Amino acid sequence: MTTLVAVLVDGLIYSSWLFIMAIGLTLIYGVMKILNIAHGSLFALGAYTAASLAGHWFEQGYLPMGSYAIMLLAAILVGIVAGPLLERGLLRFMYGRDEIVLVLVTYATFLILEDFIKLVWGVDPYFLYQPYGLLGSFDIGELTYPNYNLLLLAMSVAIGGILAWTLTRTRYGKILIAVIHDREMAASQGVNVSLVYFVTFTLGAMLGALGGALTAPMISVQPGIGAETIVLAFAVVVIGGLGSLPGAALAALLVGIVRAATIHFRPELDLFSIYFVMAAVLIARPKGLFSAQEARKI
Amino acid sequence: MNTVLRALRPLTTGLFSIAAIIAVVMLAAPSAQASDKPIRIGLVTFLSGPAAGPFGVPARIAAEAIVESLNAGEVPAPYGSIGLSGLPIELVIIDEAGGATKQVAEFRNLVERQKVDFVIGYISSGDCLAIPPVAEELKKLTVLFDCGTPRVFEEASYKYVFRTRPHATMDAVAGARYLLETRPDLKSYAGINQNYAWGQDSWKDWTAVLEVLRPKAKVTTSQMPKFGAGQYGAEISALMRSRPEVIHSSLWGGDLEAFMLQSTPRGLFRRSDLLLIAGEPNLHRLVGNIPDGTIVGARGPHGVFAPKGKLNDWLRRIYKAKTGREPNYPAYSAAQAFLGLKAAYERARLEKVKSAIPMAAVEGVKEGMEQAYQMPNTEEVIAAFENLTFESPSGKVMMKLGKGHQAVQGTAYGTTRTVGGKIIIENIKYYPVEQVQPPEGISSIDWIKGGLKPGRW
Amino acid sequence: MRIDRTIIVLTAAMAALLAFTPFLPNWAMFLFTVSLCYGVVVLGMMLLVRTGLVSFGHGLYYCLGAYAAGTLEPLFGITELAVMIGSAVAVTAIVSAILALLLRKYRDIFFAMLSLAFSMILYGLLVKTSSLGSTDGFNVTVKTLFGLHIADTAYERYLIFALTVLICWTCAVLMHFYLKSHRGRLAEAIRDNELRVEYMGASVANTIHLHYVMSAVLAGLGGALMAVSVGHIDPEMAYWTTSGEFVFITILSGTGSVLAPFLGATIFESIRSFAYEYSPNTWQMALGITMLMVIMFLPGGLWSLFKRASRRVA
Repeated sequence: MTTLVAVLVDGLIYSSWLFIMAIGLTLIYGVMKILNIAHGSLFALGAYTAASLAGHWFEQGYLPMGSYAIMLLAAILVGIVAGPLLERGLLRFMYGRDEIVLVLVTYATFLILEDFIKLVWGVDPYFLYQPYGLLGSFDIGELTYPNYNLLLLAMSVAIGGILAWTLTRTRYGKILIAVIHDREMAASQGVNVSLVYFVTFTLGAMLGALGGALTAPMISVQPGIGAETIVLAFAVVVIGGLGSLPGAALAALLVGIVRAATIHFRPELDLFSIYFVMAAVLIARPKGLFSAQEARKI
Repeated sequence: MNTVLRALRPLTTGLFSIAAIIAVVMLAAPSAQASDKPIRIGLVTFLSGPAAGPFGVPARIAAEAIVESLNAGEVPAPYGSIGLSGLPIELVIIDEAGGATKQVAEFRNLVERQKVDFVIGYISSGDCLAIPPVAEELKKLTVLFDCGTPRVFEEASYKYVFRTRPHATMDAVAGARYLLETRPDLKSYAGINQNYAWGQDSWKDWTAVLEVLRPKAKVTTSQMPKFGAGQYGAEISALMRSRPEVIHSSLWGGDLEAFMLQSTPRGLFRRSDLLLIAGEPNLHRLVGNIPDGTIVGARGPHGVFAPKGKLNDWLRRIYKAKTGREPNYPAYSAAQAFLGLKAAYERARLEKVKSAIPMAAVEGVKEGMEQAYQMPNTEEVIAAFENLTFESPSGKVMMKLGKGHQAVQGTAYGTTRTVGGKIIIENIKYYPVEQVQPPEGISSIDWIKGGLKPGRW
Repeated sequence: MRIDRTIIVLTAAMAALLAFTPFLPNWAMFLFTVSLCYGVVVLGMMLLVRTGLVSFGHGLYYCLGAYAAGTLEPLFGITELAVMIGSAVAVTAIVSAILALLLRKYRDIFFAMLSLAFSMILYGLLVKTSSLGSTDGFNVTVKTLFGLHIADTAYERYLIFALTVLICWTCAVLMHFYLKSHRGRLAEAIRDNELRVEYMGASVANTIHLHYVMSAVLAGLGGALMAVSVGHIDPEMAYWTTSGEFVFITILSGTGSVLAPFLGATIFESIRSFAYEYSPNTWQMALGITMLMVIMFLPGGLWSLFKRASRRVA
């Protein structure tokens, strides 16, 4: 088997993971123009909740396959609790402020949640390794991969597909695009912008938590996991062009393949790979791979 | 003139508020030494971030348990007296997170605002390099308790700084000796280490030792994932494809666990054996995810490697009472620091009493006894600490490097086996100091490259 | 002649700091030193924010300045403080002048993220350089100041502090006059509407280029001063969290006056330090809540608090 195949497979797996991390971020940015640093905390909350709930599930000796449903449930739970709480309780007072101020608001939220998580779950790591091996594995040449990776791939395609379909084919999607394009105009046409923001943020929070829940079986869930993930997700979103769904997908693919190639050919450069990709893409295309045309305001 | 005054108003408001803060802190801070006040010890350890779980918090729990036990006078001999020479100990705990710049500021605050008498702390090797010059400037006796970089005392020498655990060179040396005893015909090895100072140094030491002890063995690949990477899919593929006999890894904490969780189902360890330099704190959590026969160390004769004895039993008992778990190596490191300081302090006191007795004969009993009953000052404790040999839960510790400021100890390695849902360590081998540590006056890397010649101790 | 209020306050503050700090405890002097180092970085960030640009990568110049100063000893055996600071200014000026050719075309989040990418590449390079201690970094030693031997003397700390105060004062005064100059006033015009500025015949690209280099040099100065005050440098200075902290202090301070960065930095440093001490387990939460309070109730940053106070009494 050639190294090339290994690079492609490893790259694809990593890309699908990255895409799931980034999609909630790009959705929230696309609609609300908020670069949500607290996405990292939602990721962590999702991972912790999934690890505790599914861990309890296994302890009770219930059907192991049910754990996947529990993980999904954990993500939805975090989304519908934390999303509305943050949006209604905090962010809605900030709409209309400078973009950078909103970044800081989410950063402050991130700091608070980071300690909140520590107060609830402590500093000892949580484990939820069973779902990773439960689905069996497949072989490609001399390499073995757990089928869980296929699940990740399927999830990322499904989430991306459903979102893209919603945006382009449904009424809600059309309203969303109207709001993205011009918030005030949409409001004057009778669109309930505040509701759109509420739904979008909750959905974005849910996706962030889902990323965490799906990652939990592959890592040890511990303080600080949110911070590490957020930079990666940012990079993907920016490379793709902010708020662009196909952009995020392509960016995730690009970063994933480049990273896998680096590891197989020049492992010592892994530290840089994502930043090189980001710098290179932004130099070639200053607004990322897919960027919306903006009207000039004179 | 009025303009000037009006202009100055925001400044005065600002200065007043700052002055008020300073005043409040100075009043709140404990006043200077009174005679039988408790001894304040600053403890700096990770309370947040990835190093908190495996290292920082176990060290804090151990420190708190040790201080309670010392203050109750319940520690086995030779540490039976209450606190330090009868004075109880009070802990001031600070988070080590935030990097060297913040830690330097916090160290100053600890010394000057909190008025601690001694500082015990630092797990990160970056902090261990940044703090000593400040400790010298402030003339505060500081015990580094868990960091490993040999650079601290190989690149400089300090008066006020001690390190009560051996430096990290022995991790690679003993690990390689252990591996080559079981596999004398080792042909190939690979590495996966984090791309930061600890991982880089660990891999550099490891390859240097193997080049001396087994020059025929080849490196198949060296993976350097970034710290906190979390996803190791591609690294595992690269390791599997290069088919090394043994994989060397200095991963720790969450990164180690993530790597093990992701590589075990992929069958990496059916192809290659594994050696974990710092695997011990995670062992109890890796049941089912660590292959039998993995070589692990505890960066010293700590935890399961600790010799049987009253002090070891004591530490295990008090730690278990707090957590329900066995103490891991950072807990032993913490114990070593507290007991080392206690040994030095009490030795200094004893010297004082001894020298006061002849004085009492000459100048009258009263003055002599008063002199003797004063507690030793920092300089006297330092004099007693240098070249001290003391007992710890992991055996004898000798302050023999860095002009008497750096501890040496032997170390041990063993292999894992899972028995009935528990991981046990078997085939434990001990390596005495001369086999694993460079003697005074030669840098670790020169000593390794020069053929690891045993020094005289 | 009308005396400029800001200049009076700055000079009085400098005099007060120089005169009273020797009588304050050591830790307070260190707190001021660190705050001033942050303050001078934030002063540059403020200029960028006024121009409408937020950099998530100014750690690049902060770190570069520190390493330009700190590596002089291991590389050339130079331990003269003035040379170290000069080297930091020169290196950051050259690097930023080159990078600005590229970055001046970028706006908003793309400017922020491309800056971040560059600073992370420097971080990666330094982590790979094990001769400079990788992530552990190395200790920085100063022996002389203008030829005068200061190492290990009783007044070493004070001299470094005094030099920091003087440099900060100079930078703040120069920045104040610059902001009042013709080009300086362009900053906010560019933030509001670039096209109009271009139609009026001013060059947006050149102004942004200049402001970028100015802010980079200030960050380099801050880094070099921090290096000699702390005595230790490591690649963490280029990590994105460091840059994030600068953005944080800039917004916290407000951009109303050249005094704001220094006040903001002092208050931030004090809050952080006391949060560390009094709630070691939840200092992040304390910091986050403070930040939210400021954003909620003081939209103009901490500076508006002082402005309001002075207006009320006037």
